[in-house]
Amino acid sequence: MTVTPQTHGPLPDDPSLSVPSPGRRSLGGGSGLGRNLGLVVALALLCVVGLATAGDRFASVDNLLTILRLASVIGVVSIGMTFVITGGGIDLSVGAIVALASVWATTTGTQAMADSIGWVAMVFAAVVVGAICGAINGLLVAYGRIVPFVATLAMLAGARGLAEIISDRKTQIVSNQGFIDFFGSEPLGIPFIVLVFVVVAAGGWFLLNRTTFGRRTFAVGGNPEAARLAGIKVQRHTVYLYTLLGVTCGVAAIMLMSRTTTGTSTHGMLYELDAIAAVVIGGTLLSGGRGTITGTLFGVLIFTTLTNVFTLNNLSISAQSVAKGVIIVIAVLLQQRIANRTTS
Amino acid sequence: MSDPHDLPLLQMRGIVKEFPGVRALDGVDLTVRAGEVHCLLGQNGAGKSTLIKVLAGAHGVDAGTITWRGEEVSFANPQAALDVGVATIYQELDLVDGLSVADNIFLGHERARAGITRAAESGRAARALLERLGHPEIRPGREVGSLPAAGKQIVSMARALSRDAQVIVMDEPSAVLDPDEVDGLFRVVDDLRSAGTAIIYISHRLEEIRRIGDRLTVLKDGRTVAGDLPAKDTPTAELIRLMTGRDVASVYPERPAVTGTDPLLRVEGLGRSGEFDDVSFEVRPGEVVGIAGLVGAGRSEILETVFGARRAEHGSVSVDGRTVRPGSVPAAVRAGIGLCPEERKSQGLVLDDLVYRNVSLASLGRFARLGISSDGAELAAAHDATRSVDVRPDAPTRVVRTLSGGNQQKVVLARWLLRGCRVLLLDEPTRGVDVGARAEIYELVRTLADEGVAVVVVSSDLDEVIGLSHRVLVVADGRVVHESPAERIDSSGVLEHVLAVHEHGSPTTTTDERGDVA
Repeated sequence: MTVTPQTHGPLPDDPSLSVPSPGRRSLGGGSGLGRNLGLVVALALLCVVGLATAGDRFASVDNLLTILRLASVIGVVSIGMTFVITGGGIDLSVGAIVALASVWATTTGTQAMADSIGWVAMVFAAVVVGAICGAINGLLVAYGRIVPFVATLAMLAGARGLAEIISDRKTQIVSNQGFIDFFGSEPLGIPFIVLVFVVVAAGGWFLLNRTTFGRRTFAVGGNPEAARLAGIKVQRHTVYLYTLLGVTCGVAAIMLMSRTTTGTSTHGMLYELDAIAAVVIGGTLLSGGRGTITGTLFGVLIFTTLTNVFTLNNLSISAQSVAKGVIIVIAVLLQQRIANRTTS
Repeated sequence: MSDPHDLPLLQMRGIVKEFPGVRALDGVDLTVRAGEVHCLLGQNGAGKSTLIKVLAGAHGVDAGTITWRGEEVSFANPQAALDVGVATIYQELDLVDGLSVADNIFLGHERARAGITRAAESGRAARALLERLGHPEIRPGREVGSLPAAGKQIVSMARALSRDAQVIVMDEPSAVLDPDEVDGLFRVVDDLRSAGTAIIYISHRLEEIRRIGDRLTVLKDGRTVAGDLPAKDTPTAELIRLMTGRDVASVYPERPAVTGTDPLLRVEGLGRSGEFDDVSFEVRPGEVVGIAGLVGAGRSEILETVFGARRAEHGSVSVDGRTVRPGSVPAAVRAGIGLCPEERKSQGLVLDDLVYRNVSLASLGRFARLGISSDGAELAAAHDATRSVDVRPDAPTRVVRTLSGGNQQKVVLARWLLRGCRVLLLDEPTRGVDVGARAEIYELVRTLADEGVAVVVVSSDLDEVIGLSHRVLVVADGRVVHESPAERIDSSGVLEHVLAVHEHGSPTTTTDERGDVA
């Protein structure tokens, strides 16, 4: 490839431009520390609490990897969710798609195929199932003109139900050793699924901020009519966005299968809430047109660190939920404050 | 003090309002007397919107005094302004579409006992108010969303009256109305004035101010530059000078004769059932063709169909002899057609995005290799485009929302300039654009035409259509009913042709020496 992505910095070709460089975007890019300052502070505070209450148990390498492993699955879904929300949509069906993809990829049929042609068959099954579910969501929203909330609510019910039918509500064990070995590997001591997360996040950032696709996503979410009248195929783009999210759900299903060595219809429960919450506290506008991958990453890390700190202190899941709720409200209030300051 | 009846109803002195980094109002004086229509004039950015928000109690003031019948008052919040007696009708009507007319009128001060609304009573009261406004045909139970723009405006006025408003602020009420409806609006304004209500009337249309206004105040750069001018007799040149601070010699630029012969854009027999039918016209390079007619005559629909945003059911569009695939905006854009849509904010711009990103929206592919965009080249090219149309401030990384209406329009123009379009369709290019920027946009259209672009202009402002165009098509009831060189027709001529159709029913096309274009 001959392409070199533009880096942040002064423009090389026109010295007369006295404007800030485009790398410092006030919208979308989210690369400025100032924009994410609140998130950094929140994460730091959580770490301080973790250190104070759990000490070395929190600050160990093992625990750090635990947090990252926990963050990876929901993180990949959240990256996809950032695209859909930036593009003016929402997807409530991600958890159900993860479940369906995990079940489909672990049926005896798929695993038999995997045993004969290799574990890639399972990966392929999960990704394709995710992509098809996402594409159906996108088609319903873009061409069926069903409100995203409703269309994906239907998918939530349908996909989870289908997963239950296929698995007969039983937990399917991943038996393919090749799959377990590959995804369970730890190159350089880093769990493989964490590497997947890093790659998806980096790719997502690049796609949103440095490609035509990303720019169209902002335009479609910011003002679909203006985008249409500028010659952008808004409906098709919407389908792409939901399909992309479906693919990330498929990838998340693979990661989950590797972490738990199972595929079941109960995988991915309430992922939609966790993913949307992470995206929103990261600073992506629920109404579309503004989105940040960096913010989403912080959102995911804040929630998983919170879970970790609570678990280390033997606090209940219910207490975690309360804390999550409080964090969402505080984060959104802070962001509104910041947004008002920059626009007026 | 003297007799309270001689006191002005509302007097503002030295009003200052600052926002971080900007002094939006910097010493505004405004005196409004009972029973007058007081017009507020000024370019976009002169501070009219801020002043309206101060009057509505939406913005507090940083300095200055407001007196009501000689007593100092404070408009600390919207309720305080309403309590004093000032009601504001915003440009974007703030009605709830899903509620009934009566519910909207009494929104916020419902006719209720113990929290239970009294439907019959509020229905009666609403009916009385609507009758007082001369519109008894609007049923109080009707859902507001189903009313036309003019009806919504009447509901807004009824709401103002229901608050016992003695000053009603109207922000560009005519912008969404066609001439008939404007007449109706003015009758209502007249009645209110006779009843002693004061109206603060904001409009860009000088001819309306002449018709309806009593006195006027001119704002420039957040200051009152002239107050208490007679609305009917102050010369236009004087008003433009006050608003812009410079003389405007001629609003419409010269139209050099078109020399090219082959049409660049050819529209043949275009039709969409229920909207318009059998529309044919040609535009040569460098030519400006105007489409005149009333709101609802099908003008915008024709433009949008030529642009592929609506699918043509009959007929064809071709550019430079090549037929453009119908119903596809991307195909039209590829063929070199650009549209500056009627609703700039909702259709033309991604308001919260940056200027340069709005400009490059139609040309993204050009700045990308394998889908990976090159920000540097994109910004530089977009900046060139915004500079050539003189977008101010000259800052391509600003958010578009912060620009004035005229500069937002220039951003849309710059988009098509950057795309290198050869056929430019302009739908209401100067709506919400102030007088100074208007002249600049006319200049730009002229320049583009001189460079060989074929231009089609639609506007409710008949003088604008005629002043800009070489040729004018008159559209009524979805048909082209007349075609004539611009210098052989004036606004009353256009209206005659429109009215002839409305009187005689079936339209037939008349032509005033078609082809004999100067």
